[in-house]
Amino acid sequence: MKWRYLKQHIFLLVVRLSIALIALALGGIILYIFINGISAISWDFITLPPTDSMTKGGIMPAIVGTIYLTMGAIAVALPLGVVSAIYLAEYAKQGRFVRIIRIGINCLAGVPSVVFGLFGLGFFVVFLKFGSCILSGALTLGVLVLPTIIGASEEALKAVPQTFREASLALGVSKWQTIYRIVLPTALPGILTGSILGIGRAAGETAPIMFTAAAFFTAKLPDSVFDEVMALPYHIYVLATAGTHIDQTRSIQYGAVLVLMGLVLGVDLVAIVIRSYMRQKKRW
Amino acid sequence: MTRHQKEILIRGIFALFAFASVLILSLIVVFLFREGIPIFNKISLSDFLFGREWYPTFDPPSYGIWPLIVGSVIVTVFSCLIAVPLGVLSAVYIAEIAPAAIKDVTKSIIELLAGIPSVVLGFFGMVVLAPFMQETFDLPTGLNIVNASVILAIMAIPTISSISEDALYAVPQEFKEASYALGATKYETIVKVIVPAALSGISTAVILGMSRAIGETMVVLMVAGGAAAIPESIFDSVRPMTASIAAEMGEAPFGSGHYHALFAIGIVLFFLTLAFNLVADYISQKFRETGSATL
Repeated sequence: MKWRYLKQHIFLLVVRLSIALIALALGGIILYIFINGISAISWDFITLPPTDSMTKGGIMPAIVGTIYLTMGAIAVALPLGVVSAIYLAEYAKQGRFVRIIRIGINCLAGVPSVVFGLFGLGFFVVFLKFGSCILSGALTLGVLVLPTIIGASEEALKAVPQTFREASLALGVSKWQTIYRIVLPTALPGILTGSILGIGRAAGETAPIMFTAAAFFTAKLPDSVFDEVMALPYHIYVLATAGTHIDQTRSIQYGAVLVLMGLVLGVDLVAIVIRSYMRQKKRW
Repeated sequence: MTRHQKEILIRGIFALFAFASVLILSLIVVFLFREGIPIFNKISLSDFLFGREWYPTFDPPSYGIWPLIVGSVIVTVFSCLIAVPLGVLSAVYIAEIAPAAIKDVTKSIIELLAGIPSVVLGFFGMVVLAPFMQETFDLPTGLNIVNASVILAIMAIPTISSISEDALYAVPQEFKEASYALGATKYETIVKVIVPAALSGISTAVILGMSRAIGETMVVLMVAGGAAAIPESIFDSVRPMTASIAAEMGEAPFGSGHYHALFAIGIVLFFLTLAFNLVADYISQKFRETGSATL
């Protein structure tokens, strides 16, 4: 009898230890980057371009490039994703067509990011002759975050109570008007939360933009969507692995990593906070 | 146009949009093949897959990707040895053990971990873990299989944890109640009732976690060391498939054998992860109904 309870205690201990280990890993990484990176951060670091073959100066062009790429990606993926989700959640009936779409989305979600990069290179850069530029990079990233946005939007739509739709339909409102006026506004906060998480994902990805958009160094900010850009994740990779000044630029590297991590985790944190606030406020 | 016709039109347009994902997936296949297939004019499929030498820039070049496949598989397997227990146990904690207040915090931790960009984790592995391992174990380099596996595990844990958690929630309440009513302890209920009932979902989680690890690029590019040889110890460097593509595509001249070979590696990766995902999809569809009726 004693042994049974001892086993239980050991099990609970192991479970708590693994959670502690995960929390420690997250906390350790964030803290380490923060402590080493904070001294590099200054107003100049964020607002000036790199100088002296990237051993001095700031990271402004890389921040701007990442913002352009991410906004472009969301502009592609958000409409496409939300409309797909509306179809799947509101219109689709179980059948072969829907099954194929669902398998397609699942498989798309599983495609490795570097394969998206190859696809972007083969399709946007070479076949459509966009070249390596913001447009190619944003489209590639947009395709990459599409499954995330579809998934989050569909979940948000399904969380809208069926009685809302029934009440609207009972008043003689058409299906589309019901979706547009009742279901979508109710699901909107959930859709936005999911999209914000998608933004975080797009901003942090490196492999998909390596061959489609990112430049080692650009002298000036991009003028059009057909220009190459510097991007924060790629900038970090380049500084940390290539060139002859790796040790000299350590503090710039830590600073850039801190900015990227702050950007991405900050965005994620906003989404998480909004969601938990919404859950508490929910009245149905 | 009548209201009914308008409804049909809207429905059709939406269906077309929803089909875009399938279309994109097909485009990915088409363009991987378009750029990758020409390599097989120079080398046979079996020499490509099982050739032991990857010297794409030599003259004459050799395009055997076996060392790269071995590299990918080995870091994936080792990272799963770490990530599967941690991921599943954290899911058990969140779904079954944690008090409500701690539950939200733990979920946020897992979500934030998923949010850390891979290049940041790779950087951490390079500047922290690598020097630490090199000194502690007195190694020639800290950029090796173990280092890459640890960092990859950190990336795979959130995937495994969150999908396992959903599976655990799906276990009907009566199962637990019946188990407790028979006098089982919490441990016995979790290990002998809840986890077995959720096993299909947990398997899906593990497969998707592996798929995530095998496709991860920046971490292995920065941390695995980059030696395109079959490793002899777990402290050797390897060059997984994803790392080869990312590292070499910039230097491979457009339209060269090297360029096509890298796309062909992309084909291999694509179908490998596709297989993982289809298996995961099959398992979750097939065993979805673990309700009381099936027992």
